[in-house]
Amino acid sequence: MPKAFDKLTAIAAPIMRSNVDTDVIIRIERLVGNSVRGTLGKWAFGSLRYLPDGSENPAFILNRDPYRLAEILVTGPNFGCGSSREGAVWSLQEMGIRAIIGSSFGDIFFANCFQNGILPVVVDKEIVDSLAADIEATQGAGRVSIDLKAQTIVSPSGKQHTFEVDPRRREGLLQGLDEIELTLRRDYEIRAFQGADRGARPWIYFAGKQA
Amino acid sequence: MGKPGRTLLAKIWDQHVIAPMSEDTDLLHVDRHLLHDLGGSRGLLDLKSRGLTVHNPELTFATPDHAISTALGRIGTSKIGQDLLAALRVETTTSGIQMFDIDQPGQGIVHVIGPELGLSLPGCVIVCGDSHTCTHGGLGALAFGIGSSELTHVLATQALIQRRPKTMHVRFEGRLQRGVTAKDLILALIGHVGAAGGTGYAVEYAGSAIRDMSIEGRLTICNLSIELGAKMGLVAPDEKTFEFLRGRPYAPQGEMWEQAVNAWRRLPSDADAVFDREVVIDVEKIIPQVTWGISPEHVIGVDDNIPDPQAIADPARRAAVETALDYMGLKAGAPIAGTPVDWVFIGSCTNSRLSDLRAAAEIARGRKVAPGVRAWVVPGSETVKREAVAEGLDKVFVDAGFEWREPGCSMCLAANGETVGPGQRSVSTSNRNFVGRQGPRARTHLASPASAAAAAIAGAITDVRTMGR
Repeated sequence: MPKAFDKLTAIAAPIMRSNVDTDVIIRIERLVGNSVRGTLGKWAFGSLRYLPDGSENPAFILNRDPYRLAEILVTGPNFGCGSSREGAVWSLQEMGIRAIIGSSFGDIFFANCFQNGILPVVVDKEIVDSLAADIEATQGAGRVSIDLKAQTIVSPSGKQHTFEVDPRRREGLLQGLDEIELTLRRDYEIRAFQGADRGARPWIYFAGKQA
Repeated sequence: MGKPGRTLLAKIWDQHVIAPMSEDTDLLHVDRHLLHDLGGSRGLLDLKSRGLTVHNPELTFATPDHAISTALGRIGTSKIGQDLLAALRVETTTSGIQMFDIDQPGQGIVHVIGPELGLSLPGCVIVCGDSHTCTHGGLGALAFGIGSSELTHVLATQALIQRRPKTMHVRFEGRLQRGVTAKDLILALIGHVGAAGGTGYAVEYAGSAIRDMSIEGRLTICNLSIELGAKMGLVAPDEKTFEFLRGRPYAPQGEMWEQAVNAWRRLPSDADAVFDREVVIDVEKIIPQVTWGISPEHVIGVDDNIPDPQAIADPARRAAVETALDYMGLKAGAPIAGTPVDWVFIGSCTNSRLSDLRAAAEIARGRKVAPGVRAWVVPGSETVKREAVAEGLDKVFVDAGFEWREPGCSMCLAANGETVGPGQRSVSTSNRNFVGRQGPRARTHLASPASAAAAAIAGAITDVRTMGR
């Protein structure tokens, strides 16, 4: 069941490199197994966060105060590209991230965020850059505010930006709706579709069973 | 003027709409749901914990590929890999889902077995909890990867809520030059449009080079759609598609086959269909490609030089190139050819089909893997393995010093513990050269099977055209 998201005022950390892929967000070996949830937070961004000897990499932003407490990421283009692993979203969530602001996201990662109550916000690159500059000007101490209902972002210096979001997704996040439950309420429509489709495309339903 | 023609995407999409959800979002029917060992049992257990059952087990199929060892006899599958395999067996049996198990015909990388078994068909909506599901688009299917939550949604409802993507039309025109393969074309496209160039799009690949290309080549092209940001890629079905599918175990037969083919013939985009973006690639200018960095967009021709950050004006791009070169341990401005390699990996859902193994064997035949190089060949499926053995390809590889292994995803993503060592360099036929993809601090260069085999023999990145026969 996804958590609801309404508004948030929090520390934000800029991670501005392009094409941060889901392998970089969470390595695959952390995701092998059916009980990995709850163990992932400390492995998020592992290859950036830790040095080869396992100690923290002081150069990585999320290892520095106050960014350690970030609940918002401000990201470079194509954040979350690559694999479909939802563990990428889980790991960010487990380290406390609730919203991500960037100019573009990997399509599957973007969808996975909504499924977990994390808000990905798409705004123009100029806005992302200006937000990042604003945050850095306060050494990270300035808070960023996101209001999903009003569809606004306010930077630490008070600059307000608006953003677009799919109205259906917005509603789902505001209410923390469970998509499976909602779709199952329409099961009669799914069954009606399949009934008609069996006549139109019987080969879909008889895989390997015609002989 | 009348209504513009419809695209292949629109025709498939519209046929699957159960109900519109908003202006641009629909509840779509899913025709085929493919499960694998990494996420399959997790989804089935999630469903169970919600007190739900699988909506259409007969449209759901499973195989282990990600977490199993590819060593002979599957020796070395980790405890957790074995647990996942056991859980997949139990949960698919309980739910009445057919599973293609290890050592059985049909087992293999999920994106290799779907087309091979005739499970994947033109006009189908196919989903799987794996981003390379776009591979199946090579048959004219609308196929895409989904996350864990969506996977459970499909198990529960046999449907998925999706926003209709924009459409991109990529035409590869002209004849492939010697030594150039489907892999080189799609890598060149990613270099051209960038790793985010296809974000939000479904890409239809067309043009004379695609028409002339084998189905296996088209599957390779579609496989890398996600590496240009597009979660869906597809090729219009044609006579080659039908010939490829005819007689496959799960393809329709007899009268139903005729009926299906008649429907599939109506799928290609209309001549006056309008796409949101058009890209034309002159295939004749493309030479064998190899990546140099940490994104598939970091790609050059094998006779090119590694980029020099000093020559890049934009500070963000310059920094990105510096980061990549630092990770890869490469010298700015030097020729990429001649870069020594430690590993060669021939396999993955991109390039592990019979034609890929033939192309690699052609280069390997009668030659020897260079001293100090470990070279693996991991066939994509049990069927590919058996066909390759019947042709003697395994012997060609083994005689040349390659290791011949069991089918699975293996070192492409290293989920089964098969890794390239820290700081070591691999030429791989897989799909991602991301940081740590093949193991912590491993360095990956993506290339075609023939180019990878050439690198194994030469012990360095090599222009395969110098080793042709």
